[in-house]
Amino acid sequence: MKTNHKPNFRKMVEPDRVRKEVYTDEEIFQHEMERIHETVWIYCGHDSQVKNTGDYVTVQIGRQPMIMVRGKDRKVNVLYNRCPHRGNMICGDMKGNTGDQFRCSYHAWTFHHDGKLKNIPMMESGYKGTRLNKDSPELCMKRAARVEVYRGFVFASLAKDGPSLKEFLGEAIVAFDDMCDRAPEGEVEIVPNCFRVIQHSNWKLFMENQIDALHPSVVHQSTGRAAHEVEKQLAKKAKSGEAPLSYHMLSAFATVTIDKWDNFQTINYPYGHCVLAGYMGLRPQDPDTLAYDKVMLKAYGRKRFEEIIGVNIHHVLVYPGLSVQSPLQQLRAVRPLGVDRTMTEIWHFRLKGAPEPIYRRSLAYYNLVNSPATLINADDLENFWKCHIGLTSDGGDWVSLARHHGRDIEKNGVVSSGPNMGTSEAPMRNQMKAWAKYMSSAAQGGLR
Amino acid sequence: MSDLQLQHEVEQFLYRQAELLDGKQWQAWTGLFTADGIYWMPPDASYKTWDGQPAIFAEDRNLMAVRMGRVLHPDAWSQRPLWGTNHVVSNVVIRKAAKNGDVEVTSRFHMMELRRDDVRHFAGQYTHHLVKVKKGYAIKLQRVDMTNAQAAYDYVLQVWV
Repeated sequence: MKTNHKPNFRKMVEPDRVRKEVYTDEEIFQHEMERIHETVWIYCGHDSQVKNTGDYVTVQIGRQPMIMVRGKDRKVNVLYNRCPHRGNMICGDMKGNTGDQFRCSYHAWTFHHDGKLKNIPMMESGYKGTRLNKDSPELCMKRAARVEVYRGFVFASLAKDGPSLKEFLGEAIVAFDDMCDRAPEGEVEIVPNCFRVIQHSNWKLFMENQIDALHPSVVHQSTGRAAHEVEKQLAKKAKSGEAPLSYHMLSAFATVTIDKWDNFQTINYPYGHCVLAGYMGLRPQDPDTLAYDKVMLKAYGRKRFEEIIGVNIHHVLVYPGLSVQSPLQQLRAVRPLGVDRTMTEIWHFRLKGAPEPIYRRSLAYYNLVNSPATLINADDLENFWKCHIGLTSDGGDWVSLARHHGRDIEKNGVVSSGPNMGTSEAPMRNQMKAWAKYMSSAAQGGLR
Repeated sequence: MSDLQLQHEVEQFLYRQAELLDGKQWQAWTGLFTADGIYWMPPDASYKTWDGQPAIFAEDRNLMAVRMGRVLHPDAWSQRPLWGTNHVVSNVVIRKAAKNGDVEVTSRFHMMELRRDDVRHFAGQYTHHLVKVKKGYAIKLQRVDMTNAQAAYDYVLQVWV
């Protein structure tokens, strides 16, 4: 939907606060979809989801239902999931193999994997003398304007102009480098299971929460404390004197107190991306880790190995819709369903060539933190919903992002939280700065 | 023991399991499991083992203790609102009955959940591996194959189904 009336988006965002309508207004949401999600590079999926010719998955980009499919030429195509005839969706399932063509279930029009028309029943007799013939471009499935793949991660942009994927990602590209470099073979492979969870709030609340270092010790203390109790008992019983690492992943939410979260640092980039540096998992010295280190040393040599393992990242946010935890090989893709409903798709990856216990360690995090029976996100989702309801009220007009405002360190367009100010709301300020630019930019293709 | 008597005892046990969940008797419910007992909800019915795979739940007694500790904590924010469940268990079929009294049994469940003003339904098949103990049975494995396991979750599952 193209909207004609244009609210003044720049006036809605001030350096340290944002108007509530930005999170609740239906019209603003439609503008966002058009100017942000349906313009910038959006994550579609991973190469390894479509290994064979004809393998496809369906994916939502902004409001557009899309198909990611592997062609005969091994290229990954991203197409609108729509038959050019009467608009029927071509793929009704979330994934599958379409064979050597797409075939519409309504009138049997067929298409190649790159969207080109293959055949229409009775083409000659039915369309003779009409505006259409078999070479008409409007008889093809429409393709995403641009598709690029980085280390197996497939992105599409629905705008024909704009920065390249690499230029767009900038320093946030470390999300994919860090994940893949930790594999002895330099690649990851998707674990074929997607958890999908819906929150009753605007998509931006999710993106802000992911790098909000203040919230964990408040929101997740119930789980952190419960896990810490069990962790202590297990450590007492264990020969090694240590409980399994998965308990530490949970207990850290309570044992890392508010002041300690300030030790983290956020580094904020143009286009709204953010790296949350500092990692709670430490560098363990258990036999599994040592065995992994050995394989890695063999693959990379000492110098490169130390570089790879030394990358100290908790989270990378690729604005507007991707949250990557590279040290744990998991990724959450954010799909806005409406101004007040958002779906996250949660995936886990395997480090190719790494010993099985390393996979299992991050799997524990996937199951405990990221599954639909999550011990962590249950309380986040509760807050998102409460935020949304509060923001729709007339109890106030602004959302405050003032924490440590004025203490950010800016250099060449990159904004870092100040020393020992990891809980700064710098990432939210940076996201909203990018948001305002996107929303006010008339040019297709967004920021440049 | 006659087949009828065995069927009756197993059914009574399964009903009790469900009643403890609906009654939020978490301590008593986890107490139904053997020391090495596992509660498992696979994302898909094709999964053969809980070990080393994605799982919605794959919990031993220790992880059950964490979950119980969370929901009982006064600051488990999402536990504050009105919330309750109602299980119905039926179609109880004993698949295997060993000489030592251990039993493998499948059943169907339907759970209605109320949270604030929202109702959700979860349904599917239970598979129980039950070990014969003095007072009846203990759960070695409770496998929960939800028909809607792969569907998107509108909010999450906070406790066992």
